[in-house]
This record gives sequence, structure tokens and C-alpha cells, in this order.
Amino acid sequence: MEKKAVRVAYGEALVKLGEENGKVVVLDADLAGATMTNAFKKAYPDRFYDCGIAEANMVDIAAGMSTMGLIPFCSTFAVFAGRNYDQIRNGVCYPKFNVKFGFSHAGITLGEDGGSHQAIEDLALMRVLPGMTVFVPSDANECYQCVEAAAKIDGPVYIRTARLATPVYDPRPFTVGKGDVIRDGSDCVIFTCGIMLEHTLEAVDVLAGKGVNAALVSFHTLKPFDEELALSYTAKCKKVFTVEEHSVIGGLGDAVASAVIGHGVEKFMKIGINDVFGQSGKPLDLLKEYELTGPQIAEKILKNL
Amino acid sequence: MDIQTLEATARQVRRDIITMTAAAGAGHPGGSLSSTEAMVALYFDVMNVDPKDDKNPDRDRFVLSKGHSAPALYGTLCERGYFGREEFDHFRQLHGILQGHPDTKKCPGVDASTGSLGQGISIAVGMALGAKHTGNKCHVYTIIGDGESQEGLVWEASMAAAHYKLDNLTVILDHNGLQIDGSNDEVMSLGDIKAKALAFGYDVIEVADGNDMKQVLDALHAPACKGKPRYIILNTLKGKGVSFMEGQVGWHGKAPNAEQAAQALKELEG
Repeated sequence: MEKKAVRVAYGEALVKLGEENGKVVVLDADLAGATMTNAFKKAYPDRFYDCGIAEANMVDIAAGMSTMGLIPFCSTFAVFAGRNYDQIRNGVCYPKFNVKFGFSHAGITLGEDGGSHQAIEDLALMRVLPGMTVFVPSDANECYQCVEAAAKIDGPVYIRTARLATPVYDPRPFTVGKGDVIRDGSDCVIFTCGIMLEHTLEAVDVLAGKGVNAALVSFHTLKPFDEELALSYTAKCKKVFTVEEHSVIGGLGDAVASAVIGHGVEKFMKIGINDVFGQSGKPLDLLKEYELTGPQIAEKILKNL
Repeated sequence: MDIQTLEATARQVRRDIITMTAAAGAGHPGGSLSSTEAMVALYFDVMNVDPKDDKNPDRDRFVLSKGHSAPALYGTLCERGYFGREEFDHFRQLHGILQGHPDTKKCPGVDASTGSLGQGISIAVGMALGAKHTGNKCHVYTIIGDGESQEGLVWEASMAAAHYKLDNLTVILDHNGLQIDGSNDEVMSLGDIKAKALAFGYDVIEVADGNDMKQVLDALHAPACKGKPRYIILNTLKGKGVSFMEGQVGWHGKAPNAEQAAQALKELEG
């Protein structure tokens, strides 16, 4: 299967968007070679602004540029969502300015750079901001769709992308705020987002081998959240598991919990980073260490069914 | 506009500041009174703005980076015709357009929501860069505080302003020397602020008395320096115009009571 990092798709999507929409400008903070905005820089050098190693300033510059009718896409590492949070909150979201954030290298699969650089809290930070749309594309194709959709939304949008090359699935129909049923099932439901799609798909296969018919639902949009779909699969399956490459606090698991609490849930379990920081290592070794590989997810679900 | 009229307008804005903060029982009179001349000069003589066409894309932009001086901005906007005086009664009140700090979603004439210090100047840099990018000939003005200049973001923004050669940007420092916990020098000394501004690549003008309308106007009307952002140091007096507030750190964020307000208004007559 073809593999491509979601961040690479982000860079490609920006180039395509730049071709279609002259208002799009791209800002980076000296990480263009990592966030993959260098593709845009090469294609449209006069629409690319390097803000230097000053992420907070980048966000407020984008805020100011948006007031002149431009559509700025800010790019840096997801871990800096904390560093420029005040600017995202007060500079962009509070006045509802039209600024997009494409933050890459999210989660533990960032790998060797270690825990200081592995964002496990960005989704929690972004979900809580009024008016923010939060995208977590699961693969390259979904990332193209998220970037295209972001430019059409009048207001702040956060797009979380990953460093690691991951499988590219056939494109699915895309609607902002709607989840996708990847596998139908009835014994339990797994809700997931982002690149954990690969590992939850493997978990579903492992479970099938053990006679458990699990449904799998992937959400590219954490906010606005598709509560209707979460509720319908909860009603159908009763046993609910959430899987994300993010802290179990404040991310997908809590979005699902808020939606389905009190609606006949027999079992609810959040699988993710259990309130700890990451560490250096190879991405796949890290997934294993934090028990997020397909077989480990399946084992957890089996134990808790 | 002639100096006498501008000075009279500044006196009226000062009365507005007292009226507003006294009615609300809260607000920041000290730094509002120190920056009054700058805002009146900008809105009545310097900037190309029209309250009847407040979304015109070609208008000049103003960002009050020291957002807590909102009473001075609200007084100025009201006198300029952006909204009626009745809004003063709702300053800092539920559903009011005059929020504790300027809110672009609620208040006409406000181009950015500010109050989180350091951010306004950075947003102004973005506006000036955006204007250059789109070929908009407007000029962007921002007033920052001296206490605010302790924020690192002020200097990140300054570095970017020089890097992008934003000669369509004017940064105005309301240098009244005082902040919440004491004088700048007691809290966190700014050192040689003029040398710092020069070193960051600004074209710097220092105004000896930033509460003297003529001196302020001269600085604001000085021709732009091609390829360089402008930095104007206004040496001002916190609480200017109200005898018991002048130079008093305690009036940074405290409203006058009814008796104090009456005395202040009397001093600001004429």
C-alpha cells in the first residue's frame, strides 16, 4: 500500500490551494522543510512569509494579515500550539479572524526528537476554543480535503498532521463535521481519528479473528463533532472504545464521552496516551511502548468487552 | 484641524474617560489620560478614517496594543462620531459594545481585539504586511505601553517590522513610566528604550512632551522614512489632566468615586 506522511499532503494541498485562491498566503516559523510548506514557498515565493523562530509573532501577524482580506495558513509543530496559545485564543479566535493553523509532527510518532516535541495535548487546547474548527486527517487524501475545506470556512481552523509516512486509503466523501463508518459491526464500536486509523483497522481484523464483530468509525473533524453518528453507533453496539494518538484527556475520547454519556453505554474506554509525556524512540517502537499498535488495541478491547 | 480645537477635543475625551470609569466603577484612567493626545491627534487630524464608512478597505488602521487604555479610545471614537454617548453608560456592562478591553466584533471603529499585552503591535505588523502584500496604501498605527514593552512579543514584532521594511507602520510608545506594581524601573527596567528601538531598525522620533498636542502632531506628521518602520516615543504623564491622578501609580486601574469624579471633571472644564 502507498504510504505518505499527512504533513507531505498538507504541503501539496497548499500548493494546489494557492493555485486556485490568490488570497491564500502561507506563514512558517523556520520549519518550512519539516512542515512541508517549502513546496508552497517554491511555487509562490511572494506569498510565503517566514516569520523566523517566533511562533507567537507568526500567529498575530497572520491575524493582522487576515484583516486585509488574506487567508493566512500558519504552520509549525503541533507542540507549539501551547507556545502561541494566547495568540491563537485572543489574537485569532476571540475576534473570529480568518486564520488557519496547519500544525505538524503531532503525537508520539514524531519519534526521536522526544517528549519535549511530542504534542499530546494540542487537540484538547484547540477543542476548547469557541469558534475553532478542528481537523485530524487520517491520511493524505483526507488532508487534501481538510485543507480545501479550511479555506472555505470563514474563521479559525486547526489541522493536525503527522510526521510519519502512513497508508493512503481510497478517498472517501468528505463533509465538515461528519464522521466516516469504516467498518460496520455490532459487538462493539471503535471511534478513532488521525493516523490511528491504520492501527484500529488492524485491531478490527484481530478482533474478527477472535469472533468479535467490531464497528470502526473515523472522525476527521473533532469540532464540530458528529454527535449523531457517535450516538447511533453507541446505540447499536453499546460497548464503546476510543483510540487516539493524544492524551486521553481532552481529545477524541472526551468528545465521544460528552456526546454519548447517558445514552445506554454499557462499556466505555478511552485508549490513548495515559496522562504521561512521550520520549525518544522510533515511531513504531513508541506506539508499542504506549500500547497503541493494532494487536495491543485489540487485546485491550477483548479484555474489557 | 487647528490645535485649539484638538486640545478642546482632548479635554472632552478626558472628561469622557472620567465619566465612563466613574459610572462603571472600574477601568484604567491613568494610562488612558496619558495617551489621550495621541489618540485624538490620530483620529481627528492624522488618519484617513470615516465613521460613516468604517469598513472601507482603504482606511488607515489603528490598534490599541495597550488595550486597557480603552476609555481613551472609546472617548475618541465617540467624539469622532462612531457611536453615541449613551454607550458610556454601558461601559464594562453586560451586552455593552464598550467591553473592558476593545472588541472588534462589538465596537465600531475597532480593528483588532486587544488587551493581552504584546499582541496588538504584532497584529499591527500583520496588518501593515498584509497592506503591502495587497497593494493597499493605508497606514497602520499602534500605541504600545512601556510596561507592555516587557513582553517579548513586542520585540519579535519589532524585528519583523524592520525585516519586512514596513514603512507603512507607526508604533507609538506611551512612555508614562508607571505600571501596575510601580515604576518601570522598579518592576523591570526598560533600559535605554530609544537605543533599543534604534537597534531593532526603527526610524525613531522622541517627543519631549507627549501630552503637548503640537509636539505630538509634528511627530505623527513627520514624513515616513522609506523602508523603515517608525517608532515615536511619547514622554507622557500618567493621569495627565487630573491633579490627584498625575504621576500616581495607584490610578492605573482604579475608577474615581463620585466625589473624585466631580473634582476631576471640574479640573477638566474649559
